Amino acid sequence: MDIKVLGTGCAKCRATVDLIEKIAAETGAEIALEKVEEMRAIVGYGVMSTPAVVIDGKVVHKGSVPAPEMVRGWLA
Amino acid sequence: MSLISHENPPRENPWLWSLALAAGLVGWVALYRELPALSAALVRLTPLDPASPAGSALAFFFYDVPKVLMLLGLIVFAMGVLRSFFAPERTRALLAGRRAGVGNVLAALLGVVTPFCSCSAVPLFIGLVSAGVPLGVTFSFLIAAPMVNEVALVLLFGLVGWQVSAVYFGFGLGLAMVAGWVIGRLGLEGWLQPWVRDLLATAPAEAEVAAMPLVARYRAGLTALGEIFGRVWIWVILGIAMGALIHGYVPEGLMVRIMGAEAWWSVPAAVALGIPMYTNAAGVIPIVEALLGKGAALGTVLAFMMSVIALSLPEMIILRQVLSLRLIAVFIGVVGAGILAVGYLFNMLF
Repeated sequence: MDIKVLGTGCAKCRATVDLIEKIAAETGAEIALEKVEEMRAIVGYGVMSTPAVVIDGKVVHKGSVPAPEMVRGWLA
Repeated sequence: MSLISHENPPRENPWLWSLALAAGLVGWVALYRELPALSAALVRLTPLDPASPAGSALAFFFYDVPKVLMLLGLIVFAMGVLRSFFAPERTRALLAGRRAGVGNVLAALLGVVTPFCSCSAVPLFIGLVSAGVPLGVTFSFLIAAPMVNEVALVLLFGLVGWQVSAVYFGFGLGLAMVAGWVIGRLGLEGWLQPWVRDLLATAPAEAEVAAMPLVARYRAGLTALGEIFGRVWIWVILGIAMGALIHGYVPEGLMVRIMGAEAWWSVPAAVALGIPMYTNAAGVIPIVEALLGKGAALGTVLAFMMSVIALSLPEMIILRQVLSLRLIAVFIGVVGAGILAVGYLFNMLF
């Protein structure tokens, strides 16, 4: 599973990356996690608020740190 | 937003939530009404004489801190719920294709209720401009969003008074509308960074906004409460403590000479001083309150506050990615002139 976290490096973006890593380690899900910080790439996804999460090319969440249950749902 | 259902298993009952929140509100009101008595009781527990300066300062502190924190908690929660109705995508849909004038008024108002954080300023800016929202209308939004916010209004209300809070609200909105309108009239679309101009030619990705259940909105309010309150409470306490000290120890009238209405140069000086300063409303308002108390003129102090919040250097650096330096200079010039006008107007009127 290919996961990208979009964000310019604010605290919430880092928290999102940490959360996904932690839950992936817990559940043993195989993911390729990438942090996208370049503004052109971020707006290319049509996202207006960060942090945003993109899974396999699709924006699944934006504007806040996702809830742990949401991340579990994605990785399931 | 589309996956919000993961957060809300169907077993959550909106009626229970509403009932619990209503009960919480009743408790809030009851506690708020008892605050003066409670703070007096707290002071009596100390060995200080309530009539002594130290005793009255302590009573002031014990009353003001819980009062402002309670007001802040209530308003931040309410705004969190209200903001869940205004996703950025919704704001964009409301603003797309608006003409200048009506668009500027609407954009400034939406700036108050749309969730905004300065690290999202650039994607938001591009999202708006690429959807066909005129540049001037986008600026009205970008000026109002950080400047007119609930934390500023509650702190002004709680520490300085409702009149100043109302004046700040009105003139902050007015400034965002007029400054955005002026920028729009100048027709500066060509001064965007080239890669942003290229984006304008492409249609933006359509994002759907999923309907949100009531419980998710309540949760959004609680999240806002946790985030904003957690960031701001320490400033409120420090600010009120500092304000109490200044009230006690800085001589009356010291500020009259430096920041009084008579000193014409004090307004531009306040604006210039505000630009490199970067703090949130919670950090600047206790200072504002203390300055007012020592005889600084209202217009000068408002100009300082607006400059600190609306013209911040770090935000300029973020916006530099999408705006050319010339456009940033125009932005600072127009908004700065507007703040000057507000400052002088107030010093004349009051």
